[in-house]
Amino acid sequence: MDKGGEALLKTEKLTHIYGKGTPFERTAIKDVDFEVHSGEIMGVIGHTGSGKSTLAQHLNALLKPASGRVLLNGEDIWRGEKKVSSVRFAVGLVFQYPEYQLFEETVYKDIAFGVKNSGVPEKDIESAVYSAMDFVHLDKSVAAKSPFELSGGQKRRVAIAGVIAMMPKVLVLDEPTAGLDPKGRREILSHIRAYRDATGASVVLITHSMDEIARLSDRVTVINRGEIALGGSVREVFSREDSLTRIGLRAPVVSRVLRRLHAMGIDVDCGACTVEQAIAELKRVAGDARA
Amino acid sequence: MPVLKDITLGQYFPGTSVVHRLDPRVKIILVVSYIAALFLAKGLYGYALSLCYLALAAAVSGIKPIQLVRGLRPMLFIVIFTAVLNILYIPGEHELFTVFSLSVTLEGVTTAIYMIMRLFMLVTCTFLLTYTTSPIMLTAAIEKLLAPFKLLRLPVHELAMMMTIALRMVPTLIEETDKIMSAQKARGADFESGNILKRAKALVPLLVPLFVSSFRRADELAVAMECRCYHGGAGRTKMKQLRVTAPDFAVAVPSLLYFAGCVTVGRLL
Repeated sequence: MDKGGEALLKTEKLTHIYGKGTPFERTAIKDVDFEVHSGEIMGVIGHTGSGKSTLAQHLNALLKPASGRVLLNGEDIWRGEKKVSSVRFAVGLVFQYPEYQLFEETVYKDIAFGVKNSGVPEKDIESAVYSAMDFVHLDKSVAAKSPFELSGGQKRRVAIAGVIAMMPKVLVLDEPTAGLDPKGRREILSHIRAYRDATGASVVLITHSMDEIARLSDRVTVINRGEIALGGSVREVFSREDSLTRIGLRAPVVSRVLRRLHAMGIDVDCGACTVEQAIAELKRVAGDARA
Repeated sequence: MPVLKDITLGQYFPGTSVVHRLDPRVKIILVVSYIAALFLAKGLYGYALSLCYLALAAAVSGIKPIQLVRGLRPMLFIVIFTAVLNILYIPGEHELFTVFSLSVTLEGVTTAIYMIMRLFMLVTCTFLLTYTTSPIMLTAAIEKLLAPFKLLRLPVHELAMMMTIALRMVPTLIEETDKIMSAQKARGADFESGNILKRAKALVPLLVPLFVSSFRRADELAVAMECRCYHGGAGRTKMKQLRVTAPDFAVAVPSLLYFAGCVTVGRLL
């Protein structure tokens, strides 16, 4: 599971309690140990209310742990109050439905908001904004428009660009594809991958779609009722179908089909979890059979 | 967001205590009479008796004292401000000392103390009402109580509906504010430092999305209501009828007598 070397971002025994001291007190996450390595895409999956979003807000110091620590480059982010803002630029968090946070008169200004706050010199702001727009495939002509004139999918991309423009070392996205059509989903996911490939940043992708995880992530963490239920490479986690079923999740359709074939005595490798991998695997098996 | 968590306005803590089960109209009438009694009451005994009533009601309701006190926190500024004004400007015979040629008198100090007590009790009793009564019950009661004004063509039902919606939206808006604030903080927005001007400016990224989403919500709600054939109050019946029963009288009558006692005791002694 560990690729070796110190994790870029890490939580240790992280616990969060909402509404402490009120009748509405609720433990959202408990003793969560979580690690993100440099350059990897880490998928986090779980049901609604499992604590995924709470975890996300701990990663960039928006929430303060009730107990436990969050380490960035091996340093506790809550040691010394001054650092908190720098953590927010190093770990960029894209919230659920981020299009509702847009507020500026123009798309350009909105994307520049985070960059300006991060203290980037004035002359570098423009290039940061345009390169962020490039990552999410927003045309330059959109820059002068009001964000409120755009379509839902475009607004979403503006919001994501607003975080990407800060060039975070870790990009955390909380259900970035929620409420988009299949084409919009695919595009957003490919933008995220493009950002990772171009900058070598790590990505934490929070979702409840197994297929998205299968398509994009290197490793997966399954979170259930505020605790880590499973963790490891995509292949390892998806192969543990009974554990997934027990918490009410299902491996992607492709893995289930392959598993069924395997059970029928066909010698396929069940590790494939995207359609492309599965096709390649089936072709190989078919070729072997013919030979 | 500690600032926002302090706003307990319109919050309801479900429960089954006597205070919770009391008819909401009775509760409103009691709160109004209690407030009237607070203004009419005089002297230490009057206030002490009022405080006893409040403490008893709070204890019976099962609401944690910390919750009530927490609700008071946003009031603190007004309370201190008025107290200071009272202390400095009330003339009296027993001068204690002078500050900047303003004399602080014993009368001023006692008035200030009474004033603080009165304000605290006033706010606490209204909090007790909203903590123990669901917003729906509350507005249903207000609608009933205001019913006579329908004769004067006052749109009572519409007012009650607006209140219901407004109260219902308070927690939603708080949650929304919280979310947008976090989202902007994630982009490095700073709501906590700088002078007043800078802080006011920092609110723009918060207020614009909040306004936009409020309009969106209002629009969605209007459509949803129309889809369910809402067309105002005419001919509308209630699912839960309010009824004043014997236990309500058993609480209301002694309470009203007690308030009368609070008012008179200060005048007699």
